[in-house]
Amino acid sequence: MSQGAFDVIDEGRSTSVAAAIEGSRVLLDARALETALGWKLEPQGLCRGDVCVPVAGHPGVVRDGSVDLAGFADLLQRPLALDLDERAASVGASARERGAVLTGGIAPDFTLPDVSGREWTLSGFRGKKVLLIAYASW
Amino acid sequence: VWQALYEELGASGFLPVTVALDKSAEDARPFIAKAAPTHPSLIDTEHRVAHLYGMINVPTVVFIDESGRVVRPNAMEYGTDMFKQFHGRESAPFLAAIRDWVLHQRSDVPPEEVARRVVPPTQDEELARAEFALAWHLHKRGRVDAAERHFVRAGELSPNDWTIRRGSMPIRGKNPMGPEFFELFREWEANGKPSYETLAAQRNR
Repeated sequence: MSQGAFDVIDEGRSTSVAAAIEGSRVLLDARALETALGWKLEPQGLCRGDVCVPVAGHPGVVRDGSVDLAGFADLLQRPLALDLDERAASVGASARERGAVLTGGIAPDFTLPDVSGREWTLSGFRGKKVLLIAYASW
Repeated sequence: VWQALYEELGASGFLPVTVALDKSAEDARPFIAKAAPTHPSLIDTEHRVAHLYGMINVPTVVFIDESGRVVRPNAMEYGTDMFKQFHGRESAPFLAAIRDWVLHQRSDVPPEEVARRVVPPTQDEELARAEFALAWHLHKRGRVDAAERHFVRAGELSPNDWTIRRGSMPIRGKNPMGPEFFELFREWEANGKPSYETLAAQRNR
């Protein structure tokens, strides 16, 4: 077992937390889980805001107070890109949830900077007809 | 063209918001300097907008109404005919659709059609976005070889996604107008030129 820093990427944000690697398993304690992914380990399961997902029927997600990262991703149907050698992982979005959001028709909100570093948030443009144009130099 | 349209229609409540899916603000800066926009012109080095909106290529445009609802989902549209010889799509009907939307509250996509125009992502495509995020993270930390493996994996998982396959080329020291791009272009042609329209039609049957 190797203990040490591990980078978790979630929704464009990277957080370095303490993790234990056991074979191919990455184990985060409750604090690391909350710091990196915003989910709390509670008696009733994994919780975020008002949402709780029971872990009782899912052996392997929680063990000795630690959460297995792959089990966590699996439980939430979120894809996991993992590099054990580099001690880094990225937890993606559930395709089902993303599809539901897109079909639901509410424009996902985001905050991004302009070239001068000033930050703008899409929902700040309510009341306008926004033409969103994604482009690139490539 | 977006700045000119903003000057024409801004008083009618129209706001273009451009988002550069580039690896750095520096890559986008010359384009922005030339356009001299007074509308928001944003930089998205992490491809957040591509991920959130399920975008797979550029330019991708979305109409968002006053209440924050998408009334015309992802589509590749052009403000000029500069590259028409490559994509074959005229700008005039799109510019007319914008004016019609802003001035007459009419979208060229009827409300009942909107959800059917959405391309629901597959789990592999979402895994590809996670692989891209991991690759880009490793690359920024100087772990170039490890990053390359994840960029390759991302492209394999989501072959239709040019924001990953072409968008990663400048990061990986490949020319996005060079041989790798022409290979990608040929593959895309051989696969029947998948687009938002064809993918939505296949997946929403």
